[in-house]
Amino acid sequence: MSAQMTRLATLTRYVDPAAAAAFGCVIILLLLGSLYSSSFLSPEYLLQQLQVGAFLGLIATGMMLVFLLGQIDLSVPWLVTVGGMMSTAAAGWGHWGEAFAIPFRIGCGLLLGLINGIGVAYLRVPSMIFTLGMNAVAQGLMVIRTGGFAPQDHSTEAMHFLATGHSLFGIPNALFVWIAVALLTVFMLTRTTYGRAVYAIGNRERAAYLSGIPTQLVVMATFAASGALSAFAGVLLAGYSTKAYQAMGDPYLLPAIAAVVLGGTNILGGRGSYLGTVAGVLLITILQSILSVMQMEEAGRQLIYGSVIIAMLLAYGRQRRAE
Amino acid sequence: MRDGHYWIAENKGSLLAFVLFLVMFSFYVSHHPAGLNADVATTAANKGVLLALVAMAQTFVVITAGIDLSVGMVFVLANCLASSIVVGSPLESMVGVAGVLVAGLACGALNGALVIYGRLQPIVATLATGAIYFGLALWLRPVPGGDVNSDLADMLTDQLPGGIPAVLAVLAAVVLLVWIPFRRSLLGRTAYAIGSSEQAAFMSGLPLGRAKFLAYALSGLLASIGGLMLTFLTYSGEASAMIGGTYTLNSIAAVVLGGVSLFGGAGSAIGAIFGALVLRTIGDLLFVFDFDPLWQPLFQGVILLAAVSLGSFRLLRMRNRLDLFG
Repeated sequence: MSAQMTRLATLTRYVDPAAAAAFGCVIILLLLGSLYSSSFLSPEYLLQQLQVGAFLGLIATGMMLVFLLGQIDLSVPWLVTVGGMMSTAAAGWGHWGEAFAIPFRIGCGLLLGLINGIGVAYLRVPSMIFTLGMNAVAQGLMVIRTGGFAPQDHSTEAMHFLATGHSLFGIPNALFVWIAVALLTVFMLTRTTYGRAVYAIGNRERAAYLSGIPTQLVVMATFAASGALSAFAGVLLAGYSTKAYQAMGDPYLLPAIAAVVLGGTNILGGRGSYLGTVAGVLLITILQSILSVMQMEEAGRQLIYGSVIIAMLLAYGRQRRAE
Repeated sequence: MRDGHYWIAENKGSLLAFVLFLVMFSFYVSHHPAGLNADVATTAANKGVLLALVAMAQTFVVITAGIDLSVGMVFVLANCLASSIVVGSPLESMVGVAGVLVAGLACGALNGALVIYGRLQPIVATLATGAIYFGLALWLRPVPGGDVNSDLADMLTDQLPGGIPAVLAVLAAVVLLVWIPFRRSLLGRTAYAIGSSEQAAFMSGLPLGRAKFLAYALSGLLASIGGLMLTFLTYSGEASAMIGGTYTLNSIAAVVLGGVSLFGGAGSAIGAIFGALVLRTIGDLLFVFDFDPLWQPLFQGVILLAAVSLGSFRLLRMRNRLDLFG
């Protein structure tokens, strides 16, 4: 009896209450949706949601890493667009360009993210304003590159394959990409010194520094990773919709922040699990999908979207009482 | 005299923004083909006043070490509301104006209630309420349009006798009637104290909850005044997520340029006004110098990054590396 109790106690210690609550909300939403139409519980619909959720999932991964440090990355919208748009530059190199298109785009995101990291870690500019400026710079670069229009190029075969193909048992490739990124992130966060350092910095950077962690390096690397993940999501999005367009990343900033926070990551840093972020991403994706399937008008969708997020935050996202 | 030194040290950020604006604006005017006349000044003021009002709105919240990501959406909501109810006879229009301001105040109060009594993080709470306010704006105005009392609009966007742009009088009235009383009141000083150290403010027995609530509510009020002025300038309402998002982000940039600390406790709304005007003048300068318009967004971004990176010079004066981590 008591052995069982202990086991239960260890189990609940490992299951993040916020992640559990978010997963619970996902199930409730699906059940509510199934009252409206039974197709909400069909495997095809669920797989499609996972595929769409993968784009948000990649962005939310970067956002979560940055949140764990106690920072924020507002440069997501245009770094996603950079990832989507830099293909002509690579395709211009002929056959090799085709092969390098995806790494090249991700590299562009990595570079811009690295500059974010330098600004935040070494220049000590608050991340909220520095990444905002980087967003404007990335926008400026893309406007110059394309002359303000949608570029006339199409996404390459490889991008198309990654974003829309199904290779195994009809499971979308985008989902495999997300799973790979997720496994890597979980490994990095829980099994490496880098992960320990991220949590330590989020709790108190000064203490982390005194413990011998190269805090500035870790912060810089994390912002670079966030930039690369945003650009990667842009690559997939461009492959999914077969073209890149201005402001294609705009609808992803707020959902990414909401997903990470609903998943229980503390926005002030130091606390959060990746499982929670996965739950948050699924929650946001399914909420958006249900609202659009019900053919709700945009106004009503925004109202419900905002209200649901607030309701869920009030239910379990409250801070502990200060003092 | 010691008071003078203290005053300068306290208002360094605002003064810097003011000087920067003067330099840039005189540069702009001296290269403007028409030179400085009442019309040029009125156009410039009309362009700058909207962001100045939204930046002031942001200042109230930033001083308490919070952030309001819904200011742009309150601005858009006020615009849509004003294009529906500020019409008809002078009396009806005045009632409409009051209605818009009350709506703005209510939006701000909701933000405040969620942050203080709901104990939510300001970033996410205002993000979510921003979606709600935008939903309301879309519901009011699914397609751009509407109308506004044109007599009132012309009066407030034209020139006063003597060639002074009327919007500057509006701005001055807002400063005198909202900002100065707030700054001098107990609640206003409490807001600064919260930004400097919430724990110390609590231990001193200051009314934390009421001060924060007032800051959020006034933020909503000022954003709605901005939306009202937008309606007077465009004679119509439009529920555009892009306008809302741009104003929210630019308001953050403006308060930082105006010397308001994002960590709270320092800066003033006056600085934020000049921060907003500086941001607007950058765009005008590019226009006067005949820059390819395609380069304009990049240029603005680079200038913003450079301006906020200038603060890093303080790092050179640090004696102890631990000071890096504040």
